[in-house]
Amino acid sequence: MDAALTLLSFGPDGWGDDIATGVLVTVGLALATLPFGLVLGFFVALMKQSEEPSMRLAGNIYTTIFRGLPELLTLFLIFYGAQLGLQQITALFGEETTIEINAFAAGMVALGIMFSSYASEVFLAAFRVIPRGQYEGAYAVGLSHTRTMRLVILPQLIRVALPGLGNLWLILLKDTALVSVIGLSDILRQTGVAARVTKEPFLFFGLACLLYLVLAVLSSFVFSAIERWAAKSGGTR
Amino acid sequence: MNAVAADLVERPPTPSRRWTGTRIAGTILVALWALAIAGLALYLVQSWNPELFDRYAGRYWSGLIVTLQLVFLSIILGAVLSIPIAWGRMTKRRIPSALAYAYVYFFRGTPLIAQTFLIYYGLGSFRPQLEAVGLWSFFRDAWNCALFAFTLNTAAYQAEILRGALESVGRGQWEGAASLGLSRLHTLRLIIVPQALIVALRPYGNEIILMIKGSAIVAIITVYDLMGETRRAYSRSFDFQTYLYAALIYLAIVETLRNVIEWIERRLTRHLKR
Repeated sequence: MDAALTLLSFGPDGWGDDIATGVLVTVGLALATLPFGLVLGFFVALMKQSEEPSMRLAGNIYTTIFRGLPELLTLFLIFYGAQLGLQQITALFGEETTIEINAFAAGMVALGIMFSSYASEVFLAAFRVIPRGQYEGAYAVGLSHTRTMRLVILPQLIRVALPGLGNLWLILLKDTALVSVIGLSDILRQTGVAARVTKEPFLFFGLACLLYLVLAVLSSFVFSAIERWAAKSGGTR
Repeated sequence: MNAVAADLVERPPTPSRRWTGTRIAGTILVALWALAIAGLALYLVQSWNPELFDRYAGRYWSGLIVTLQLVFLSIILGAVLSIPIAWGRMTKRRIPSALAYAYVYFFRGTPLIAQTFLIYYGLGSFRPQLEAVGLWSFFRDAWNCALFAFTLNTAAYQAEILRGALESVGRGQWEGAASLGLSRLHTLRLIIVPQALIVALRPYGNEIILMIKGSAIVAIITVYDLMGETRRAYSRSFDFQTYLYAALIYLAIVETLRNVIEWIERRLTRHLKR
């Protein structure tokens, strides 16, 4: 027991500090992906509920592709694909270099795209809840299209979409673990290194699971606070 | 007479669709997609390499079989395991309820990849104990560990699906059946389950799709499923099309499955259509 505690301590013999930076990287990656994914998902949802058939088609192709691919494969496609693509572009300018894509950036793009394709469905369902009268009323008092969206629709939309987005956040948090495979030093990679060096895999991978669990519990607290706040500022339905 | 009159009525011409900003943007986006897909097809055709195909087609096929076997078995075993867990989630008894809650919370709150690592690498810490009970030969194999991890994981999700579906059937159904003198088991089998399965069908379908996508991570613990074969092919040939073919195969499986589930759902809910 003492030996295990030493291994987990923050001192020179312990792995605590390495794993703590891993936690920061995981949380950082998830937080960095969130706004990107939310905005992208919102625009894809706008496309899918457009009256213009070509817009809808373009949005549907996006979600079909990125919801159908395994998360790990999307990550590899973006990681290796971007590397090869950038190398070919630089080769056009006559420079032969090998380009290493940053794992954090590749992870952010891949996770953001996956998050947005699911978020678009959540937003789309929320759009359907908002009655037509809200748009008509807003136009009747002379609001423009964008102002209607920003001032009237969006505040209601977010309130309806919050529970769905909370679930997606938990999925996002768990999916960040995949980025360890392309070399990002997140929780799973740091604990994996510790497990290999100390030959205590159960201790460290158990700790990794526990840390993800703690993050999930913390985020569910935050989310219920946000939902309470949103419910307070909104009317009753 | 009326029909003739209706034919004679002069209707205004349907207004021609104007090229609004959204329409232009939408057309451009669709064109971009078409271009991207065409470019991809062109790339695959141009870089078509019979030698590569001969070498890896068989391996992709065996990888696909491994993926499907793993998903199929873990879904079935998980379904069996999910029944007691769902019972635990619904019962009022304290201890089973707490255990089932903790189980579901753990497996839904941690990444599947971490669970798989915990089982495949972590159980190595208990090698002497496992050898003593004769389970070591089972947990030494990566495929078995993956199957075990996936079964535990999907059981947690399926238990929640089952619970949600059973609870969606109204209390009145139970009461009505009881007043007709049906036993509880009969009520469950004849009245509750058929209604619950309609509700559960779509979540079950989604769970299968999630498992197929999630199963790609077994490639990391050296199981040669479709993803594993793809990684091996890429690391040997450095040819990016290996990944593109895997993407096409996964996409085809998921889309087929999604359409089949939608078809089944339409068939099953025919009597509910108005």
